[in-house]
Amino acid sequence: MADKPKRWDQTSLEAGVNRWFAYGVLFFLIAPLLVVIPLSFNAEPYFSFTDKMLTLQPDGFSLRWYRDIAENPQWLEAMRNSVIIGLCSTALATVLGTLAAMGLARSNMPFRDFFMALLISPLIVPIVISAAGMYFFYSTIGLAQTTLGIILAHTALGVPFVVITMTATLSGFDNNLIRASASLGANPVTTFFRVTLPLVAPGMISGALFAFAASFDEVVTVLFLGGPEQRTIPRQMWSGIREQISPTILAVATLLIVFSTLLLLTVEMLRRWNAPVKAQ
Amino acid sequence: MLVLPLLAFLVVSFVLPIGSMLTRSFGDSTVADILPRTAAALRSWDGKGRPPFSAYSALADDLSRANRTGQIGKVATRMNFERAGMRSLLIKTAREAHGFVPPYAQAFNQVDLQWSDPEVWGALRHASAFTSAGYYVSAMDQTRKADGMWVPKPEEEQIYLTLFARTLVVAAGVTALCFLLGYPLAYYIAHLDERRRNLVLILVLLPFWTSLLVRTTAWIALLQTNGVVNDVIASVAGEGARMALIHNMTGTIIAMTHILLPFMILPTYSVMLSVPPSLKRAAVSLGAPPWTAFWRVYFPMTLPGAAAGGLLVFILALGYYITPALVGGRTGQLISNMIEFHMKTSLNWGLAAALGGLLLAAVLVLYVFYARLVGMNRLRLG
Repeated sequence: MADKPKRWDQTSLEAGVNRWFAYGVLFFLIAPLLVVIPLSFNAEPYFSFTDKMLTLQPDGFSLRWYRDIAENPQWLEAMRNSVIIGLCSTALATVLGTLAAMGLARSNMPFRDFFMALLISPLIVPIVISAAGMYFFYSTIGLAQTTLGIILAHTALGVPFVVITMTATLSGFDNNLIRASASLGANPVTTFFRVTLPLVAPGMISGALFAFAASFDEVVTVLFLGGPEQRTIPRQMWSGIREQISPTILAVATLLIVFSTLLLLTVEMLRRWNAPVKAQ
Repeated sequence: MLVLPLLAFLVVSFVLPIGSMLTRSFGDSTVADILPRTAAALRSWDGKGRPPFSAYSALADDLSRANRTGQIGKVATRMNFERAGMRSLLIKTAREAHGFVPPYAQAFNQVDLQWSDPEVWGALRHASAFTSAGYYVSAMDQTRKADGMWVPKPEEEQIYLTLFARTLVVAAGVTALCFLLGYPLAYYIAHLDERRRNLVLILVLLPFWTSLLVRTTAWIALLQTNGVVNDVIASVAGEGARMALIHNMTGTIIAMTHILLPFMILPTYSVMLSVPPSLKRAAVSLGAPPWTAFWRVYFPMTLPGAAAGGLLVFILALGYYITPALVGGRTGQLISNMIEFHMKTSLNWGLAAALGGLLLAAVLVLYVFYARLVGMNRLRLG
């Protein structure tokens, strides 16, 4: 930012009201996540703070719900499935999405807006409709109730994230660099791996992390397409919330909050790393 | 050229499946396949007056064969989607059909007097057509008379129109709430110095990155009868003041607003950053009171960002499924939940496809509008 936006000449009352309102909205955004964390250490099987917790007595807290996760083979299997599905679909989505974004970045691309809209549509189409369509179609080609089916579904749902981040990254990319590389004798493949890729890598990793987070959180296609073998963390949480709700869910939720915080901080760091490229 | 691999992948894994599902909404060949002679006989009937005599003998024949081959259940279930009560009627009749002798019309009426109602035959005629709008008729709470006239269902049976209306109202309400909460926060963030701005932005992005199921679980923990919010209310206003905040419409709206709020804040904020601060100072120096300067100069310039965010929130809210399913109870369900119900519980796939087709049409119209208004290049994630 060249010119820092300064606080405008507001009356101090207005500014104060808005500041407190903003604090309120931030509280609304964050508080639900923060409440989950202490509740997951509840020694009792409740979703609310017990008197012992409120008075900070040590025996009001326990790690029993975390032990529950570690000892429950279902959660461990779900974790493994989620990671496998997440990694495979992210890899596919990143490769396909990056190629497509590079194609879209060329100014001579015909129907550019149409293709862009199509590639992003999995983000927009209601998930129940996508899942229902995939359920019928994947059943006829034998992919229902398979891990591969879910990987393909999650790839389709993860692609928009890669396309969006990569398009944004490439919009700041200086094409003269490619011409320079070619004029120095590099072939297009060498240019891609030695010049383009290192420069767009931060954007690509951000997109991949978005796609991974999307797959790691996706439950509807798993409910439609998955059989008993395809138990994932979100599916396990889903049935946990619907059937026997226990603080084990809150312990899992806490772990996921920690996980998403790490993802977010990684993406923010990548964004700063990426900033000099964009400035060119 | 580089777009082709992804395009091919999406067409096969995403576009084609949705397309082929939507074809189910235009009827299917179950009735024509299992009751072929009846279908042929009814094709020559215009739906007015009585069905032709040939239809009676054809149906007697088809039903007794379907009963023998065990396919009667399939066609009976299919016909029940067309007209309530047809399932038991067909199964009952099929069991007797092998003993039917002319005059067939009397034989049918002896089993059940419903066969003297032309509407029953009309339902068979509609369902045996190769393509039929029957599922859309049901999806819009209409029934079709034998001759093809659409008649609205009685008001107390109008579940789908009610549900579409509720989905629209909830989506609009959530969008309005997101604007009311999001605009002031975006304004606040846009006017912070850079270091604090990044810190506060992370607080906005954290819920955005957190699993949807986690956020929904958090709201369940907060809002249930013995949850944190009600504990606070009870400690202030007494035990009697506990409110039903979840497993109803209130819960759906609160949780959806929370989940969609970042989609409103981020585009609004980034447009606000691009408004030169000098403009409002210019307005003030020309004599405008601060409020007028805000309302007449600043607000119109930031409106595109808020409109982009609001449109995205509205589009996403229309198709919301997970949150209403988990915290909506009976009164907070939206149209997506009904589609899931017909997909997985009632197994009325044609109706699910028709409801999905209507929802998809609405979403795609808004999406095209979004692409025109905002431009696909402006879509950013955080």
